Amino acid sequence: MSDPLRPADHADSAPDVREGIAQPKLGVVGWLRWGWRQLTSMRTALVLLLLLAIAAIPGSIVPQRSADPNGVSQWKTDNPDLFPVLDGLQLFDVYTSAWFSAIYLLLFLSLIGCVIPRTKHHWQAMKARPPRTPARLSRLDDHAESVVEVADGEDAAAAAVRAVDLAEAQLKKAGYRVERYDRGDTASVSAERGYLRETGNLVFHGALVGVLLSVGIGGGLTYTGQTVIIEGDSFVNSIGLGYTSFNPGRFVDLDGLPPYALTLDRFDVSYVAVGQAGQGQAGDFAANLTIDEPGQQAREGVVRVNHPLELDGDRIYLMGNGYAPTITVRNADGDIVFREDVAFLPQSSTMTSLGVVKVPDGLPEQVGLVGFFYPTAAMQHSGAFTSAYPALLQPLLTLDVYAGDLGIDDGTARNVYALDVAGMEQLTGRSIDVDSIELEPGETADLPNGMGTVTFEDATAGGAPEVVKRYVSLSIHRDVGAPFVLAFAILALAGLLAALFVPRRRLWVKATPDASGSSVHIEYAGLARGEDPAIAAAVADLARIHGESLTGRRAADDTKVD
Amino acid sequence: MPDTGLSLEDVSFLLVWTAVAIYAAAFIAYTIDLARRGDLAVKAKDAAEQVAAQRVLVGAGGGAIDAVRAEEQAALADLEAPIAARKRYLWARIGTSLTVLGFLFHLGGDVLRGVAAGRVPWANNYEFALTGTLLIVAVYLVVLFRYDLRFLGAFITGLVAAFLGGAAIAFHVDVTPLADPLKSVWLVIHVFVASLATAFLALAFALSVLQLLQDRRERAALEAAEGRQTRGGLRFLRTIPSAEALESLAYRFAIIGFIFWTFTLIAGAIWANDAWGRYWGFDTKEVWTFVIWVLYAGYIHARATRGWRGSRSAWLSIVGFSAVLFNFVIVNMFFKGLHAYSGLS
Repeated sequence: MSDPLRPADHADSAPDVREGIAQPKLGVVGWLRWGWRQLTSMRTALVLLLLLAIAAIPGSIVPQRSADPNGVSQWKTDNPDLFPVLDGLQLFDVYTSAWFSAIYLLLFLSLIGCVIPRTKHHWQAMKARPPRTPARLSRLDDHAESVVEVADGEDAAAAAVRAVDLAEAQLKKAGYRVERYDRGDTASVSAERGYLRETGNLVFHGALVGVLLSVGIGGGLTYTGQTVIIEGDSFVNSIGLGYTSFNPGRFVDLDGLPPYALTLDRFDVSYVAVGQAGQGQAGDFAANLTIDEPGQQAREGVVRVNHPLELDGDRIYLMGNGYAPTITVRNADGDIVFREDVAFLPQSSTMTSLGVVKVPDGLPEQVGLVGFFYPTAAMQHSGAFTSAYPALLQPLLTLDVYAGDLGIDDGTARNVYALDVAGMEQLTGRSIDVDSIELEPGETADLPNGMGTVTFEDATAGGAPEVVKRYVSLSIHRDVGAPFVLAFAILALAGLLAALFVPRRRLWVKATPDASGSSVHIEYAGLARGEDPAIAAAVADLARIHGESLTGRRAADDTKVD
Repeated sequence: MPDTGLSLEDVSFLLVWTAVAIYAAAFIAYTIDLARRGDLAVKAKDAAEQVAAQRVLVGAGGGAIDAVRAEEQAALADLEAPIAARKRYLWARIGTSLTVLGFLFHLGGDVLRGVAAGRVPWANNYEFALTGTLLIVAVYLVVLFRYDLRFLGAFITGLVAAFLGGAAIAFHVDVTPLADPLKSVWLVIHVFVASLATAFLALAFALSVLQLLQDRRERAALEAAEGRQTRGGLRFLRTIPSAEALESLAYRFAIIGFIFWTFTLIAGAIWANDAWGRYWGFDTKEVWTFVIWVLYAGYIHARATRGWRGSRSAWLSIVGFSAVLFNFVIVNMFFKGLHAYSGLS
């Protein structure tokens, strides 16, 4: 049988005659066999597919830890009572949850169980010959016939053979696999094409397994890490030195990271000018880096959005940028107790940015500064500052001073971008009606209580391109599986094209000499195997072309004889 | 050129509104056509019955379903008839002419928008709607050369007029420069192919809806043959092919849409790998693209599963396209995610 092997409940399979017949009791093996049959049936695959679609939806409604960790924290704050319930249902990790995994693993098991026997069967079918010509072609839906007169002096049986020879040649030329079934005087050819349909089907499903395996295995060898580099600073690709966070897969060799260093020379960005549509919109981001690799000359590299930098198998992405004002704190004696470029986190599209300075030593008390940086400062009606434009047109730094316990002495890990004000006293700020410290680049102000001074340095003095330095946040990835995922995805697409658009069909041509021996009755018929909207046209075309060339040849013969 | 005070962008917007008005007129014409088709079909049937009655005393009984089958067979022949041999439905012709006219204005509006922006006109929600609906009409008009699908005209023009008008009101934004992540060749490919997929899936959806209606009519005819009292279906259904024929046509459009959708998914992953540093991250839009893909994969399986062929698979096609619309409207407007390019704030 050259039909593809299909699950018992496939629409093109013969109905299972055993249904409804009392069956003998099943043993353990019988039940396992029954279960396997159920799992690999079309119906189960279909239900699993629909379940998969439904199961994926919650992940788009509830924030996911993988895609939006801040959203999850926010959700927890907003719904403290509901959070543990949803968390217990793994609704914040839908795509790695037990239930989601169960569905897709069962689906793939079902798929594999279906595909393996089909592949074996298809392999044999590819080597088999087209099936015997049915006895009554006229019973088929797509059917045509004609009667051709036999030329004078020609044997009708020989004419029938000749007609089928011609059909065989034509079908073969059209890409059909052909087999002759001549019986007695009746000649016939059976032709089949479209094996590629089932091949494509199997390739598609196999490629999906390939995608899943590539994702799974590749994930173990993949790492992603984040880092922040301020203009003039460097990043060293090593766990201890460079990364602010690092997520390695299970099998990543942490000591074997490629030893390169990146220095941020300059960060470029352009903003849409005031008064134009999209005013202040940022674009053309470019992190200009110097790349140092051991034993090689330093070279330049650029990271842009959509254009990651490829380096030693890593891909380096530009994820964000911001301002890093250089802040110096001196004690009452004028000794420097703190001097750093402090990365401020952008809070708005106009780059109003928030940053924190922690001075643990050197002052009478531990001091924390919560700062807002406005690249183009403007006063709102309320008296509060805002930034009107993202470029450095009117840079202003405001600082609220807190004194007390920074909470870092006991070794607890603290977020460098946030100040825990519990245990600290606020000394300046709107909320306590003491003016915040306001600084323009190059200015210095006194800290309260005569503790010392704070300076907003003009970075151009240190050779920076602008008065305030910029920083970039980079994401460094290695994904070993990605190329395989892509290859399998393209293979799946190719398989899908063949599986959906190559028609699998059988055609038959049968020539029977009539009793008188003066004419030959020729029948054409076709049978679609699966979706084939063009089967009727195929049979009609075959009948027409074959008929024309047959009578055309006859006409040519006649002329010759004459 | 004299300064009329109108920018290219304004002209584009005017053209779009004109197109909406013309599509609305086409919708009315097509609707009248459907109403008249029902009428004509009833009259034709009455005439045929009278002739038959005069010839012989017709034997009573199970003729209802045979009559339905005969109508459907004739309708199938009409569906596949070459252009010259098509029935000359006056109002359908008016509808199609208006649709072509509307399409030209629509195309003009879309192209001018692109010229005004200096880039492809599909970079925010308004532009997605503009180009997506343009492709729906384009696919419909191209398919008309092959099949006489004018009975879908009312649906297509109605959908497009509603969507385009709605987008012009709710989504319209001025041209702004592209955000950095959108500056990619994949914007041209990924978004265009997604819109093309949507166009084919829309046609499949419309055919699936008709399939269900026709299926109901067929069952009603069967019940009538058994002597039970039934309600008749919509009368224009007499002029369209059988549920089975509609199903196989819907399937053909759906698989083309599915192929394009698969490509959209892969192209999106390649782009995401360049722009966001991963090819797949279950971003909301990615989730919905995946859900839609799985739904249509389910539909294709259903078509091949005994007991699911027919109405059940038609429902899957309807659910699938509803998800496509949800993905475009609701997800773009209300869901948080990386695909935040609607241009709306």
